Amino acid sequence: MTKSNLTRRGLIKTSAVAGVGLATPTIFTASSVAAFTNEPTGSSVTLGFNVPQSGPYADEGADELRAYELAVEHLNGGGDGGLMNTFSSKALKGNGILGKEVKYVTGDTQTKSDAARASARSMIEKDGAVMITGGSSSGVAVAVQALCQEAGVIFMAGLTHSNDTTGKDKKANGFRHFFNSYMSGAALAPILANNYGTDRRAYHLTADYNWGYTTEEAVRTSTEALGWETVAAVKTPLTQTDFSSYIAPVLQSGADVLVLNHYGGNMVNSLTNAVQFGLRDKLVNNKNFEIIVPLYSRLMAKGAGANVKGIYGSTNWHWSLTDEGSKAFVKSFGTKYGFPPSQAAHTTYVQAMLYADAVERAGSFNPCAVAEALEGFEFDGMGNGKTLYRAEDHQCFKDVLVVRGKENPTSEFDLLEIVEVTPTEQVTYDASIFGGELGACNPGA
Amino acid sequence: MEAIILQVLNGLDKGSAYALIALGLTLIFGTLGVVNFAHGALFMIGAFCAVTLSRILSLSHEVLDPGKTDFLGNPSKVNVPYVNDWFGEVAGSAIIDWAVPLSILFAIPVMIVIGIVMERGLIKHFYKRPHADQILVTFGLAIVLQEIIKYFYGANPIPTPAPQAFTGSFDFGAMLGFDPNVIIYPYWRIIYFAFAALIIGGVFAFLQFTTFGMVVRAGMADRETVQLLGIDIDRRFTLMFGLAAAVAGLAGVMYTPINSPNYHMGMDFLVLSFVVVVVGGMGSLPGAVAAGFLLGILESFASMREVLEYLPGINQIIIYLVAIIILLTRPRGLMGRKGVMEE
Amino acid sequence: MFGLAAKDFRLLLLVAALVAFAPFILNPFPEGSGMAQFNAGYPDLMQRFVIFGIFAIGFNILFGLTGYLSFGHAAFLGVGSYAAIWMMKLLTMNVIPAIILSVIVAGVFSLIVGWISLRRSGIYFSILTLAFAQMMYSLAYSVLTPITGGETGLQPKTSDPRILDSLVTDGTTPKANLFGLEMGASYDLSVSGWVFTFNAGYYIAAVVMLISFYVAIRIFRSPFGMMLRAVKSNQNRLNYTGLNAKPYTLAAFVISGMYAGLAGGLMVAMDTQAGAERMFWTASGEVVLMTILGGAGTLIGPVLGAGLIKYMENILSKINSNILHEWFAFLPDGFEDLLVTLIYPFIGKGWHLTLGILFMLVVIFLPGGLVEGGQRIGRLFKRKKPDATPAADKTPAE
Repeated sequence: MTKSNLTRRGLIKTSAVAGVGLATPTIFTASSVAAFTNEPTGSSVTLGFNVPQSGPYADEGADELRAYELAVEHLNGGGDGGLMNTFSSKALKGNGILGKEVKYVTGDTQTKSDAARASARSMIEKDGAVMITGGSSSGVAVAVQALCQEAGVIFMAGLTHSNDTTGKDKKANGFRHFFNSYMSGAALAPILANNYGTDRRAYHLTADYNWGYTTEEAVRTSTEALGWETVAAVKTPLTQTDFSSYIAPVLQSGADVLVLNHYGGNMVNSLTNAVQFGLRDKLVNNKNFEIIVPLYSRLMAKGAGANVKGIYGSTNWHWSLTDEGSKAFVKSFGTKYGFPPSQAAHTTYVQAMLYADAVERAGSFNPCAVAEALEGFEFDGMGNGKTLYRAEDHQCFKDVLVVRGKENPTSEFDLLEIVEVTPTEQVTYDASIFGGELGACNPGA
Repeated sequence: MEAIILQVLNGLDKGSAYALIALGLTLIFGTLGVVNFAHGALFMIGAFCAVTLSRILSLSHEVLDPGKTDFLGNPSKVNVPYVNDWFGEVAGSAIIDWAVPLSILFAIPVMIVIGIVMERGLIKHFYKRPHADQILVTFGLAIVLQEIIKYFYGANPIPTPAPQAFTGSFDFGAMLGFDPNVIIYPYWRIIYFAFAALIIGGVFAFLQFTTFGMVVRAGMADRETVQLLGIDIDRRFTLMFGLAAAVAGLAGVMYTPINSPNYHMGMDFLVLSFVVVVVGGMGSLPGAVAAGFLLGILESFASMREVLEYLPGINQIIIYLVAIIILLTRPRGLMGRKGVMEE
Repeated sequence: MFGLAAKDFRLLLLVAALVAFAPFILNPFPEGSGMAQFNAGYPDLMQRFVIFGIFAIGFNILFGLTGYLSFGHAAFLGVGSYAAIWMMKLLTMNVIPAIILSVIVAGVFSLIVGWISLRRSGIYFSILTLAFAQMMYSLAYSVLTPITGGETGLQPKTSDPRILDSLVTDGTTPKANLFGLEMGASYDLSVSGWVFTFNAGYYIAAVVMLISFYVAIRIFRSPFGMMLRAVKSNQNRLNYTGLNAKPYTLAAFVISGMYAGLAGGLMVAMDTQAGAERMFWTASGEVVLMTILGGAGTLIGPVLGAGLIKYMENILSKINSNILHEWFAFLPDGFEDLLVTLIYPFIGKGWHLTLGILFMLVVIFLPGGLVEGGQRIGRLFKRKKPDATPAADKTPAE
């Protein structure tokens, strides 16, 4: 085809002719020659980083993206190698994945299921991504996971905390490193009982959607098992910005603990409002009134400022951990970007590494081979201690951090202090309790 | 009983925020007839005036503190605000502490200028254009303003606390003879309510008792006649736009300690403020204020757990449900004028 | 032909040609070249173009003809989606019953909402529709979670009953199909560097879109369409002639609601997922913006507006600083960095900014939307007869 032919008409004409003679048609159905969707054939492999770049979680998304870029750098042999040095599996050699250079494409989930799926589909259909990862909400994670299952690529979930992701909505092609509501509840309850006693009366404010329900349920069950009583549980709309009318009646109810099952913007606002009402200065039932935030995000907690001081919650990972893996990660991230990574950055970095490692060990990019390599995989040195990727539901089991807002922060990043590292056994549950079925892995093609 | 008193308080407080935002919007939308989708953005910019001022006030230089280390183990730097150098540590921290109230003084001129520039530069050309075009242009403007703020301040909320003196809450219950600690209300929210009442009263007085206000009201009712009298109504409308922007901005400034501001807070309030204005009735300032308080109080009651037990989900829809009922029973909202935005 | 005037028939043919050759037109750059980033000829985006085209065409029947500005149309798209996904879960993965049910359900909902909302006009009408849509969104996201899936939405699962389909035993996810032809099935044609994808789902959606477009033309040109225009230009006068405008506006409302439902059903057929977010007010606002951006009241405008907004959303947001660096790698380092720094705020995570600027530019310089832009360009080329632009095509908004 010559350049002079590049008008639209010309193109159509030529293509029609070429279609008969030159074309090398491939039909992407079951009978096709490719072994699986987007099999990388050249010297590089493309990963899809699908993170929120606009909307309320844009900053979290930006941190995830930084972590991914760092991971790609390390996989391709650049930088200081980061967690590859501490990772218990030594399959990765810093020469890309299976010798192929790692390339990536990025997209914006907008923290909306539709936009996230559109972005993921464009990565799969247009850019030939062989794995999709990222995200900052369970709605998006479940939607994109279902898409990846259908398209036949691996999905490595980013920040998603709802039980559903590896519970009732689990999929054979989807994997989650992040912890979940159940684990938060199981890890928090004993610490709360130790610090606040076993005769507390709790008042729950719960975000009125799936994640809120599972979190309330988890915290409720595990605290009630230790003797707490739940006075009331009130659901608040996701779009609520001012929580005063939900918080004002709390004192009257005779409750002495307020549990805020909120995340992100909701959490910042409800916590700020609760502190404004002076709840924490009150004595109820002769006990100090306390507030609990089951899921902490340091990036978001920053928005609540001094209000987080002394408030308990749980988190997947925190940069102040002192094991080798965490130190290595903080060092390489901090050196590159000038500030410590968030838990979102950590989980996404680890997910990218785990995927690459699984491909190396499997010796293939085929999703089914990768899934098999990940299932039941035990590893260490990634910052959370010994971790297991459980085969039954594709959920990682590892220690859970119980944290508390720091009273005297030394810097703007030093908001949380680790109170307890709850061991894995305590947060492990039976894979069947949330229902759902994994189905069979789908290599697409 | 206590619960009801509490929710009335809450309602008044929420309502004062709604009324204040709706007041500014109705000046532009209900009277100038411009469908201003950028009004939420003005509210947001007001809030960021407070953020900016508190950042300016806490501008600082770094002093190396060998006693502490940062997260990478290097000696950490401690920031010392310039105001501390200039006014001493006590006065300096007091100034930083009072950043939000001080921002009122800062925000008024900024917002008036923004309002006037917006009207002269853009909106003026759209008075005679169809409402659809106004929607598109103001929506575009809102996105642009929002993205500019996001570019400079990030997407996460930024804590902007009230002065120390106003933290904590006031025990209404004890004052009224109930048990202590039952009806308490934060000081800052009480201040917000008083502030809103003051601004609303001020705007009404301005329109009611000054010549300028009289002309503007005449212009709202019949623009052409006023122009025929040789009065330059356009210039006054420009100033009204500036005033409306200032009202929205002040609502934003004072709101920052209640909820940490973020770049999309304007969009969160936008739909609600349109609902408030329309329920109040197009072209009616008292209507907008009344609707603001009405919806605020009803929203508070709907969020009581006693109510939610019988009507789960009512807190999700109460505002819209009330809006539908009012608009169906009163064709022009609470106090709307005939013929405004009805075609 | 087909009962259309020659000019309308030409327009229909033009649209048909554009749609049929979209895989070529949207992929002007060879695979692997730097400009390939701007290619939009992949199945997902092409499907979205036509689906949102249908949504906007339908919205325009109400807004463009009657002037009634609904701010809650996304709700009908949402209920359409839910109807379709339930059909796929309960009955069959074949898309036909799903799409039919989605149109019916959306029609019923729009009949109820329209019947109530049309008691008011102007801004009061807009707020009523907005209120209904927001209520539907809020309830779908929260208390109706058992029916709607809430935050996570609904997807077909292996374990769904699907009484008409044979049982899935091997644990694979069932795929949407048309009598066995999977929506995801594609034929790739590679021609010396270019790859053109012909996707079954896209062409099915495209045929539906052409039918919708044809129906819209017929409505625009019918006596019914004239009546709707009369409602817009002067409802009082219409009342004085003894005609009740409401049945006409209600019919227009229901038709446009059914179009929205059709779009929702197709959306599920192409991408088997339904969620509450697509009913949020911003989604309703988006279709308003699409219509105005393209040119309200024109036949082709809304489709163009929908295409432009979806293109920006999907293409611009994927350009990151890495790609920018690749593009400008041939420049001297300092210059490269400068250019990247200058452009970076407008792409990737800053795509909203570009969209906002574009809205303002279009409405300031092209008061009639993109269609007016097209007409101006057209006029440049045939300056001989400046009045030749058909009046019917540029009925101004309002």
